Amino acid sequence: MKLTRYPGLILSLALVLLLALYPAITGSASARETVFTILMSIALASSLNILLGYTGYVSFGHIVFFGIGGYVGFYVLTVLGLHLFIAVLAGGLAAGLLALLLGKSILRLRGAYFALATIGVNEALRAFVNNFQPFGGPVGMDMKFAIYSEYGGAMRALWIVYGGLILITVLVIATSYAVKNSKFGLGLMAIREDEDAAEVMGVVAPNAKTWAYVLSAIFPGLIGVLFFFKNGNIEPGDAFRLHLSIELIVMVMLGGQGTVLGPIFGGAAYQQLRKTLLTSPIFKNIQLAVAGFLLLVIVLFIPSGAVGWLRSRFVNLRRVLE
Amino acid sequence: MANVLLASVIDGLLIGFVYGIAAMGLTLIFGVMDVVNLAHGPIIALGMFGVYLLFSLLGINPFIALILVAILGLLFGLLMYMVAVHRVIEAPPLSSLLSTFSVNMMIIGIGTSLFTTSSYNVEYSLGTVNVGSITVTGTRLSASLIAVLVTALLYWFLYRTRPGKYIRAVANNRTSAELMGIPSTRVLALSFGIGTMLAAIAGALIATIFPINILAGGSYELKSFVIVVMGGLGNPLGALIGGLILGLIEGVVPVFIKTTWVPVLEFLLFIIILLVRPQGILGTKE
Repeated sequence: MKLTRYPGLILSLALVLLLALYPAITGSASARETVFTILMSIALASSLNILLGYTGYVSFGHIVFFGIGGYVGFYVLTVLGLHLFIAVLAGGLAAGLLALLLGKSILRLRGAYFALATIGVNEALRAFVNNFQPFGGPVGMDMKFAIYSEYGGAMRALWIVYGGLILITVLVIATSYAVKNSKFGLGLMAIREDEDAAEVMGVVAPNAKTWAYVLSAIFPGLIGVLFFFKNGNIEPGDAFRLHLSIELIVMVMLGGQGTVLGPIFGGAAYQQLRKTLLTSPIFKNIQLAVAGFLLLVIVLFIPSGAVGWLRSRFVNLRRVLE
Repeated sequence: MANVLLASVIDGLLIGFVYGIAAMGLTLIFGVMDVVNLAHGPIIALGMFGVYLLFSLLGINPFIALILVAILGLLFGLLMYMVAVHRVIEAPPLSSLLSTFSVNMMIIGIGTSLFTTSSYNVEYSLGTVNVGSITVTGTRLSASLIAVLVTALLYWFLYRTRPGKYIRAVANNRTSAELMGIPSTRVLALSFGIGTMLAAIAGALIATIFPINILAGGSYELKSFVIVVMGGLGNPLGALIGGLILGLIEGVVPVFIKTTWVPVLEFLLFIIILLVRPQGILGTKE
């Protein structure tokens, strides 16, 4: 396999690794925290893109998988006392299973109905966890500080989590690329353009959609465990934050839906923008309003996002900007 | 026990009318132009704060302030349609979901910087009304009466006036309506305006009953989704009945189990109805 045959994948991975290695080389904790947030956004947005960008199904409550993964992982870590690695796998598995169950049912709905149903699922699960005593109900669960000593102290644990996140991000991007360039991905894109026509052409739409949904759910599940392990506690409001879900859609739109590079660019740009607005004296109080205004401008005037716009503008770049 | 139950039923039904008004705004917009207005909650919150400001700063009676708030809600909707919705009306659903959500972010962003997220109260009381052994607060009773009146007016408007008939024609088939000489852009803007007006009225009524804050609209938006799906997307009468059902659930269920389980039931019902009867309880097969 010649790597130069995949310029799009190389570019995406190189960008992410460059970003990810910067704090590792300098050893700076504050840089690590900044990059952690950006990488998390990139990974979450990229996994959402598998469903939103390739398949054209708008999941407004995608954060439900982050939340359920986080909860299951947290339970495995604190109550069952198992290793972080197993917890992360359990979180991903739980998210994947939930998506499989949901996929068989709500993916029958199309357009706005599906979007509304995903909001309903997120809210239902949040309300349920609020009442579910094994998960701590409304106050959630805490982690004893001593748990970090198993991983060589809190400092090392944070670097381990960071390393794990880099690995997951690389995996998400590789998956996203592989899906886009496979027959399976072509089927998804056919569904996006016209589901009925795709079925006529032999795409088994219900299965293809469900697997796309499961793929896009597993990664948020994995990341949720890492995030809440690092956080030290978990509660329903943090785990199932509908707002974060919508921020992810904004990131995908900003970068360009249906492209591999788009969510990477979108995630990084959105977090950078948020940071700039939050620290600026003029916009600090109305950063949400400014972000909303930018979103409106993008939706109205550049609906294909930054990468989509570049692709349509510079035909020669299409091979690189996948 | 029977008394407690009866009181909860009445309380639930009264608030259900107000929920119905909020949901009608959402369903009208969806029915006419297939747009789910994600700025619905913040507009409800704007209605709440409209009444609060008019009452506490200018001393205007909340039920008179309501009329002003309704007019402002209508104007806001017309403006929002022209700026944020008109360009994406033909685009895939994601575009209109996001453009209305961007309006949501702007309202919440500016709202939180003005009012913070703390709670406010409209200090206005109409005493209580006693019917047999059951006591109902006056504001709750008047809010539901106004909600019924607004529903009646909406139906009169949609079925008895020319602009109302235009709206129904455009909802039915925009292309044919245009061929019949109906100015569809203006009709769409008007329907959007009426949708946001209903949201603002609902907010104004809620402000007379419950404490308010700028984020409170969000939970009523979610309730509206549940109601709208129950009644069938695009069906105003269904929205009213859905509102009553939801009010009833919220009133009666806490008598038997813990209040915190109510949202679980609501959203489960929501998902089940979406799956089993996406056309709503009242809806007919398409």
